[in-house]
Amino acid sequence: MGRARKSKPGSRRAAHPPSTLSHLREGEQGVLDRLELSLEEAQRMMELGFVPGARVTAAGSAPGGDPRVYRVDGSEIALRRETAACLKLRRPMSHRTA
Amino acid sequence: MSDCHGCSPSPTLVTPSPVTLPQKARRLVAIVGPPNCGKSTLFNQLTGLRQKVANFPGVTVEQRTGTVRFDDGRKVLLVDLPGTYSLSTRSEDEQVTHDVLVGRCEDVRRPDAVLLILDSTNLERQLLLAAPVLAQGLPTLVVLNMADDLRRRYGSVDLKSLSRQLGAPVALVSAARGEGLDAVREFLAGEASPPVRTLVELPIITDVPKCRMWARQVGSGANYRAPAPPLWTRRLDAAFLHPMWGPLIFLSVVLAVFQSVFVAAVPLTNGVQALIDRAGGAVAGWLPEGVLRSLLIEGVWGGVGSVIVFLPQILVLFLFIGVLEDSGYLARAALIADRTMAKVGLQGKSFIPLISAYACAVPAIMATRTIENKRDRMATILIAPFMTCSARLPVYALLIAAFIPERPLVGPLLGTRAATLLGLYMLGFLAAVVTARLLKSSILKSHRTPFVMEMPPYRWPTLRSLGLRLYDRSKVFLRRAGTVILGVAIVLWILAHVPLQDGKVPPIEDSVAGTIGRTVEPLIRPLGFNWKIGIGLVSSLAAREVIVGTLGTIYGMEGKAENSSLQAAIQKDLTTGGAIALMVFFAFAMQCMSTLAVVRRETASWKWPALQFAYMTTVAYIGAFLAYHIFS
Repeated sequence: MGRARKSKPGSRRAAHPPSTLSHLREGEQGVLDRLELSLEEAQRMMELGFVPGARVTAAGSAPGGDPRVYRVDGSEIALRRETAACLKLRRPMSHRTA
Repeated sequence: MSDCHGCSPSPTLVTPSPVTLPQKARRLVAIVGPPNCGKSTLFNQLTGLRQKVANFPGVTVEQRTGTVRFDDGRKVLLVDLPGTYSLSTRSEDEQVTHDVLVGRCEDVRRPDAVLLILDSTNLERQLLLAAPVLAQGLPTLVVLNMADDLRRRYGSVDLKSLSRQLGAPVALVSAARGEGLDAVREFLAGEASPPVRTLVELPIITDVPKCRMWARQVGSGANYRAPAPPLWTRRLDAAFLHPMWGPLIFLSVVLAVFQSVFVAAVPLTNGVQALIDRAGGAVAGWLPEGVLRSLLIEGVWGGVGSVIVFLPQILVLFLFIGVLEDSGYLARAALIADRTMAKVGLQGKSFIPLISAYACAVPAIMATRTIENKRDRMATILIAPFMTCSARLPVYALLIAAFIPERPLVGPLLGTRAATLLGLYMLGFLAAVVTARLLKSSILKSHRTPFVMEMPPYRWPTLRSLGLRLYDRSKVFLRRAGTVILGVAIVLWILAHVPLQDGKVPPIEDSVAGTIGRTVEPLIRPLGFNWKIGIGLVSSLAAREVIVGTLGTIYGMEGKAENSSLQAAIQKDLTTGGAIALMVFFAFAMQCMSTLAVVRRETASWKWPALQFAYMTTVAYIGAFLAYHIFS
């Protein structure tokens, strides 16, 4: 990333690694584990690149952080927080930490 | 064979051995591709102005067809199918694309061949659509678009091996720059193209992860090197999506658009006005005094001419909307606006149809097809006519110019006139938002569907695409001026000349038109309108801008338009409060037959358009009443 991410001092997340897309802050990335959506909605998301195993990077957002743009599979897709919260990330121990 | 560019040593078109097929009467080729892949740009490049828009029967999906002509006189018919990510049949868009390709669409026969457009800068994901399309077995040319972008960002792909793996010819083009299109034309001209023969087993199409695996294999088999991230898009987004600068830029863009509608378009408007006046004067000089001259000058020239004057302002507005949309900024604007939309229970996806409702509610209501949730779609249809469509602009522009003195508000950035116009636009938007809130919390309550929107990389808008937009808009506007407005102007002129009194034309108050106006006068007097405005309101039930034409005709008959402009004439009939009331009335009222007709068709019942008409007219009446009493 060419751009330093804005991290607040005293980040309390060291103990709780991001578990869904909505927990990723700008510049952070994670690996998608599963989509907790209805079959139809999950299908749509997968067509856009949100397949389990895909690496997702959080990018810019509307003011207030919702909706946020995510980089996945070579494109940028904006999701509302409520949807991003349904996309669960893989535990960092099975993958490198962000 | 093509103006090959130096990026790849392989030719832009790789064809497996040709097979000869019997020729059909007129070759029909379908264009298929995911959204944002440059499908429309390619379609425009190939067909130019030889295109028309129709509707698939039974559904709201727009069908664009165009003709490609070859030097030897042969023609190929192109049909641009809606952009889809897959051929599953969840939305109407996908259903139509699917039905056309399998030959199940009543209106369009099964195409002879397919142009599958994919964005070469994101090939592996876009190949997801290739699997189901190629599985149809139609002769297919896989067109990899955005070649210039791919090259600039150091991406590459081996076309030969991609073609081998897909079993279909592949062309690398840049539709925006017109690069590599010879290969596409060659494919279109080919009387017989080989049907697809797949060497690789196509994956189970409904299983997306498996399909994605297949796409990755094809990509790596073709030595696909994904391009570097779009640097400029990242840089621009850092500003446009900045927590503070983002909304400020959004606001300045909106203000700049409105200010330029008044400031930048003024010389053009004056030019058109002068042209119309001079032509009218010349015709009047040629014709002998009599009925024909009166009809032509007062009826037609006064009516139609006073509407046509507003063409430059409409075009300036559409130039801006076109630049915003083609550059990719509109998607960011939708992102910034999503929170507001969510608050009223709508989704960001409703934002795009609502933006296009600024042009005209009719295509906007058709564009609601992208909203999968039926109730959300219904709510969007019902609020779309509140958005300030371009037919309102002539009414606003006339009244603002006549009643609002121009004074700078924020230095040279924003004047009182642009601010008034902006206020009217916001008023319409507010009415839409409040109505949506009401609908979504009562009769159209529904679960929220996920909001998903792709952010395309920023691109320079092409002159060609902007030109086509302006051409289309002018065509629609002038056609309406030549049909609806001309018709109403003639009918009105006749109604204003009968019944004859002792063989003479009656004073306009006693004519049929005058009687109609005076009949509705008691109803509209509380809003500050007299009987002349009443005639305008009744006639503008057909279309909003008709009121300008009607007033042009009426004042033309009173002989006032001879010396003074329509603006000066209307100042005698309205107070400033009445003028503001009239603008508020038009901000809210559903004065448009075409919109009612399209709502009737979309909702398949008269209930919704009737409800919509009654509701909007009531809101308009109350709004105008309040405005009149506040401002006078």
